[in-house]
Amino acid sequence: MDSAISVHGLRKAYADVTAVAGLDLEVRKGEVFALLGPNGAGKTTTVEILEGYRRRDAGDVRVLGEDPDKAGAAWRARVGIVLQGTGEFDELTVGEVVRHFAGFYPGADDPDQVIARVGLTEKSRSRTRTLSGGQKRRLDVALGIVGRPELLFLDEPTTGFDPEARREFWELIRDLAGAGTTILLTTHYLDEAEALADRVGVIARGELVEVAPPSRLGNRHRAPATVAWRTKEGAVEAAESETPTALVVELAARFGGEVPGLTVTRPTLEDVYLRMIGEKA
Amino acid sequence: MIGLAQRQGALEIKQFLRSRESVVFTMAFPVIMILIFASIFTWDITPGVSFTQYFVTGMIATGLMTVGFQSLAIQIPIERDRGVLKRLRGTPMPKWAYFAGKVIMVTAIAVVEIALLLVVSVGLFGLELPSTVGKWLTFGWVTLLGLTACTLCGIAFSSVSRNARGATATATPVALVLQFISGVFFVFTDLPTWMQQVAALFPLKWMCQGLRSVFLPESFAAQEPAGSWELGKVALILVAWCVIGLVLCLRTFRWSLDR
Repeated sequence: MDSAISVHGLRKAYADVTAVAGLDLEVRKGEVFALLGPNGAGKTTTVEILEGYRRRDAGDVRVLGEDPDKAGAAWRARVGIVLQGTGEFDELTVGEVVRHFAGFYPGADDPDQVIARVGLTEKSRSRTRTLSGGQKRRLDVALGIVGRPELLFLDEPTTGFDPEARREFWELIRDLAGAGTTILLTTHYLDEAEALADRVGVIARGELVEVAPPSRLGNRHRAPATVAWRTKEGAVEAAESETPTALVVELAARFGGEVPGLTVTRPTLEDVYLRMIGEKA
Repeated sequence: MIGLAQRQGALEIKQFLRSRESVVFTMAFPVIMILIFASIFTWDITPGVSFTQYFVTGMIATGLMTVGFQSLAIQIPIERDRGVLKRLRGTPMPKWAYFAGKVIMVTAIAVVEIALLLVVSVGLFGLELPSTVGKWLTFGWVTLLGLTACTLCGIAFSSVSRNARGATATATPVALVLQFISGVFFVFTDLPTWMQQVAALFPLKWMCQGLRSVFLPESFAAQEPAGSWELGKVALILVAWCVIGLVLCLRTFRWSLDR
């Protein structure tokens, strides 16, 4: 029992559109798992089935050992959910909302501490409708974690964040993961998946195309590197190489020291990802 | 369990009181209507019964309908639209607690609303408070059954529209038409017979009639369509609407618009 989420042969169709077509997924306890995929690939449907919001047509689904479709309040208390675009309580203050939600959970965290963790202490007495987009998102997260969940679902948590808020948010996620929370994250930002996830799963056309640590996705770590430099005439030259170090040494000898404009790159996660979903489409 | 309901109710009331539009719309509207109508229509319907007295009973019934039916039929779709319901469903909160919160809110607003209307009507327009325990009891059960029926129908009606804007557009005319045909703005027996028959299918007409039995003199019973207050029938039809509303709630309530 070291799986937090275990899915086999998951299927879901709306009318005649197949959203999820036989998906298999394992998320280990304590792991941060990022689901990547283009819009309409079946990401949200999959996650909402795992969260118990939607019913599946077929397949076996276990989340924290239970079937989310049949699980009750005790299971809900162990799961935290941060959805996209869920409503706030406009007329209530941040503190009031967090305290209210804390009351739903038997083992809730201290509301003020949770508010501090998401960086909203100064806004604690403000009505939620006065919050900025990023602050509302942090409140969403506060409501998702106030019950001290074992498993946290984060659906595109940093959409609309400025870069600094994003980094702060990442720190929060690392904290939670460090404390043993299992996290299933969906995101459009590949740098986010790379920064946070232990493993990444790519969904395309309702199937999981590949699962790997971000550094190994699509055999990225074994892909040839591209070495580029500037010639004496100023033109940029580039070569793919399985042995980039040897090439750099050779170039250094050729230039008698510094190689002008030297770069050594490997395919980014984005390159690999785009290739994967491109192949499928 | 009681604690959970109380907390949810307190939250709803807090939200209601802090949104000025809903306070004005729900609480002040019936009062303003009474002030206007009672100032325009100053004649007596029959000797000893002024139009004001007749109208005030209708306005109390309308107030109950506004608080129970209209406010929930509009508020719940807004919350569904904005994902508040979805978010609550994602917590261990039992489903009933949400409805308990709404019922507590509706009850609290209704009590204040009725008190407000009575103060205005007694103070400014010579309405007389019920003189016997029996009439107070009738006042109590008509209010309770009427409010319950309206609340359940309001929750049921919240599933009719797919979005918040549609909800306002559909619930408001329904409420307005019922007011016109149920003897709120006009003396019921002056309405065309077919209109009376349509109105008799819905709760508002019976709530008005039940409240008239409380606030109008006994002699006025002869002016009612059946020549009596028909309190048994009032109870029966309101209970029937409670059952219809409850069944519709249980069968049609949607926590989200997802398929």
